[in-house]
Amino acid sequence: MTATAAEATTDSGAWDGFRGGLWRDAIDVRDFVQQNYTPYEGDSSFLTGPTARTTAVWEKLLSMFPDEIARGIHDVDVKTPSRIDAFEPGYIDADRDLIVGLQTDAPLRRAIMPNGGWRMVEGALNAYGYEADPEVREIYTRLRKTHNEGVFDAYTPEIRACRTSGIITGLPDAYGRGRIIGDYRRVALYGVDRLIAAKEDGRAALGEQWPTEHVIRDREEIAEQIKALKELKAMAMSYGHDISGPARTGREAVQWLYFGYLGAVKEQNGAAMSIGRIDNFLDVYLQRDIERGLITEERAQEFIDDFVIKLRIVRFLRTPEYNELYSGDPTWVTWSMAGIGEDGRPLVSRTTFRALQTLYNLGPAPEPNLTVFWSQRLPSGFKEFASKAAIDTSALQFESDELMRPKYGDDTAIACCVSAMAVGRQMQFFGARVNVAKALLYAINGGRDERTGKLVVSGFEPVTDEYLDHATVAQRYDAMLDWLARTYVHALNVIHYMHDKYAYERLEMALHDQEILRTMACGIAGLSVAADSLSAIKHARVRVIRDETGLATDYEIEGDYPAYGNNDDRADALARGIVHDFMEKVRKHATYRGAVHTQSVLTITSNVVYGKKTGNTPDGRRSGAPFAPGANPMNGRDEHGYIASALSVAKLPYDDAEDGISLTNTITPDALGRTPEERIQNLAGVLDGFMASDGFHMNVNVLDKATLEDAMEHPERYPQLTIRVSGYAVNFVRLTREQQLDVINRTFHGSL
Amino acid sequence: MATLLDNIDNIDNAGDMDNIGTSVTPAGAATRRPVSGAVHSWDLSTGIDGPGTRFVAFLAGCPLTCLYCHNIDTLRMRSGTRMSVDDLVAEAGKCTTFIRAAGGGATISGGEPLLQPVFAGELFHRFKHGLGLHTALDTSGFLGARATDALLRDVDLVLLDIKSWDRATYRKVTGRPLEPTLDFARRLADLGKEVHVRFVLVPGLTDDPANVDGVASFAASLGNVSRVDVLPFHKLGEAKWQALGKSFTLHDTPSPTPEQTALACEIFTSHGLRAV
Repeated sequence: MTATAAEATTDSGAWDGFRGGLWRDAIDVRDFVQQNYTPYEGDSSFLTGPTARTTAVWEKLLSMFPDEIARGIHDVDVKTPSRIDAFEPGYIDADRDLIVGLQTDAPLRRAIMPNGGWRMVEGALNAYGYEADPEVREIYTRLRKTHNEGVFDAYTPEIRACRTSGIITGLPDAYGRGRIIGDYRRVALYGVDRLIAAKEDGRAALGEQWPTEHVIRDREEIAEQIKALKELKAMAMSYGHDISGPARTGREAVQWLYFGYLGAVKEQNGAAMSIGRIDNFLDVYLQRDIERGLITEERAQEFIDDFVIKLRIVRFLRTPEYNELYSGDPTWVTWSMAGIGEDGRPLVSRTTFRALQTLYNLGPAPEPNLTVFWSQRLPSGFKEFASKAAIDTSALQFESDELMRPKYGDDTAIACCVSAMAVGRQMQFFGARVNVAKALLYAINGGRDERTGKLVVSGFEPVTDEYLDHATVAQRYDAMLDWLARTYVHALNVIHYMHDKYAYERLEMALHDQEILRTMACGIAGLSVAADSLSAIKHARVRVIRDETGLATDYEIEGDYPAYGNNDDRADALARGIVHDFMEKVRKHATYRGAVHTQSVLTITSNVVYGKKTGNTPDGRRSGAPFAPGANPMNGRDEHGYIASALSVAKLPYDDAEDGISLTNTITPDALGRTPEERIQNLAGVLDGFMASDGFHMNVNVLDKATLEDAMEHPERYPQLTIRVSGYAVNFVRLTREQQLDVINRTFHGSL
Repeated sequence: MATLLDNIDNIDNAGDMDNIGTSVTPAGAATRRPVSGAVHSWDLSTGIDGPGTRFVAFLAGCPLTCLYCHNIDTLRMRSGTRMSVDDLVAEAGKCTTFIRAAGGGATISGGEPLLQPVFAGELFHRFKHGLGLHTALDTSGFLGARATDALLRDVDLVLLDIKSWDRATYRKVTGRPLEPTLDFARRLADLGKEVHVRFVLVPGLTDDPANVDGVASFAASLGNVSRVDVLPFHKLGEAKWQALGKSFTLHDTPSPTPEQTALACEIFTSHGLRAV
């Protein structure tokens, strides 16, 4: 970029000892990491335990959690609509914090972020016993329009009806969409002034272009980005750090990077606020300090531990309805690590190990959402440590590096659960998901809702046969999915237009390139229910039971049918077909801002809510019963163990679900082997086998059912018990009882 | 062979199922013909039925009536499903990519696989030579005499249950004599076949240190035992007994404590064996 900025950084010595030149001339963190990181192929024996300081800071927070869990939130500032520099500095322990910065002026105190929608803020405040501030209400209901208001101005009656009936739900039309990863490393590598200079260059270039609507929008956005970067500097300065220039040490690199992330979570209550791929970047600085004799291994670990403590206490104010969809207070500080670089070197450094070590130094926790890009080619020392950590803590998820790298390159991170994106070069428009099981019922009932009898979709004839004929149902279903895809993309276009307009992620986007790839991330829920229903109709006989108005309300299955989850193509092909067909249907509809269509097979914990809103289904599932999470087969119908079940899931085509395919397995320790060493080897083998079979994602819990049942009865004994649900991890004791039972009943696989 | 079969009161249509007593030997047959057998189920498991992740065929029918049987629903051949070798090999074939990457193989378990030796032999041959998988035979050894040398050539590892050293206890636990199992173990040693011995530790029944020591001493004398699994008795299979209307006589027997299990392991270890 500007020569003066580059010279200034060279003079300060921040880059002394770093190799390579491309990244010096243009904003290119990947190039910097590739030129400078030190792959580590050893084992975990170099790691150190927590210092007394680390333990003291963490214990202070631990003592605050029980009250937070009991009351739902610890505290909230109702008067201060949050922005990057809205709050005075806050500390957990001002004398002990190594890496500083909190979202508000006190730990666990939440902020209101009304740009997404005022009703959400007020609803959440009331739910936790707080009153909204009248002045703030006045601002956001009369003076300043919100994203939520904008969306409902442009929704159609049909979309509203779909939202109410539950065929399309969870849409980010009343809350922050999230799933955008700022390249927070840029703050540390370049310093904010250099980033502003680059954005100024971009603004100047836009000034040359004729002002079409698109160009004007881009100009306004880039101006907002620059303001956000300036506010970020001011916020950091309030903590005593001048981040206008590059970080000079390991500690500064961690701190600068964290400030970037902190600015984002101060301003955006996004559904997922992921942090990206950061460990090898930080390792370059920590390694340089160690080689210069400035710090020890213990100190390097301490920085990472303190940083992770901060990431563990990111909090957002959310409504009970939101919590029902995504339970356990998740923030998806997804930290992506490992995989293999395009040059064949493992993307594993000592700091990758240090990140996993936090699970031991601080005890297990759901955040940050530690996500391992798994490849058979990873070094065995790392495979073993990651497997061990997964067994010991149930806090890791694994995703296929071999599937992602060819599509996104090797500087890729996961936003939220399973959504891959090239860091700083790609973002997504999060689209929640539609209920494809309920859509099948709509196909049978000609658009009437099976629970209310109301006509939601007009123009469709009901199926009137006593016994369902597969060809007839398949044809009606196809037409109904056409309608669903069209309505869905319609809703998403409205949502993201308004989100850009009223709740633009100016800091996160300031940490992106100017030209980026956008995806329209659609999603489906109820896949296993829909596939099994089609299989029952095709391979058994399904008799329809109708009420006096002709509404199909129940189904009787005569005979057996092959179920998805048994590595049986007769059923698995039906699941593949739904994924493929729906993707094709979504692709037919033009998207806002030219976003590329993708979809996920992921529910997070909304499988429970989706099930609640769906009547009896032809697979024999009862009305209101939860769906299987994500792409999981229905538990109990998979009769040949969790691996056969996983092999069915592995058949779902990633090309038609580039936003990810989620599988959650809860395995008892016995079902992995008889000794700790065997379990580690066997889990690593299972991950190798799954990925070799083209599986995409596996959440791994290694737990005894009895432990979970005991934790339900005695939550106080399990403050840190962590369990993975579809795509993220939660503190088990923060789940609702209903969700806890769902975990216990829906994903367990023992050795018997 | 006839005298042995006389002892087996719960074989149903054994001759029909497996041509018992004919001279057909799987690997040695000049021409192979379709073989089918009584199968309880198949599964993919990890770390339970031999090393790594394995395709496991559970054959139906067992000549023993172990008091602690946790798969009592596999006892009767009649309750199995008739499956052909082709069917099972096709199922296993769908998992070979996984198994090769994960490390593991295929195991034939039961029930008692050697109740259907031709079927089992054909399966082993196809698993090993057709699919290229490591193979394991999970057996009580009571019908070891029915495993031909040809069958054993296709078996890489034998998971051999030695349920007791004390003869009376063995008969009490299994309803059968111990000697055939010991004969089979010696034969496997002569063949140099790798063996993992399994010993179920049941408090008050098999946990007498002298009893454990007997198994340990014997196993150590063989020279081909690379591992001993001391399996703590559990009651997770009790519901299956109830479902079949059978009374589970060990209902009041506790599982061994970790200390008791460790003690039994130590006895094996003291004989130079690797026990887990």
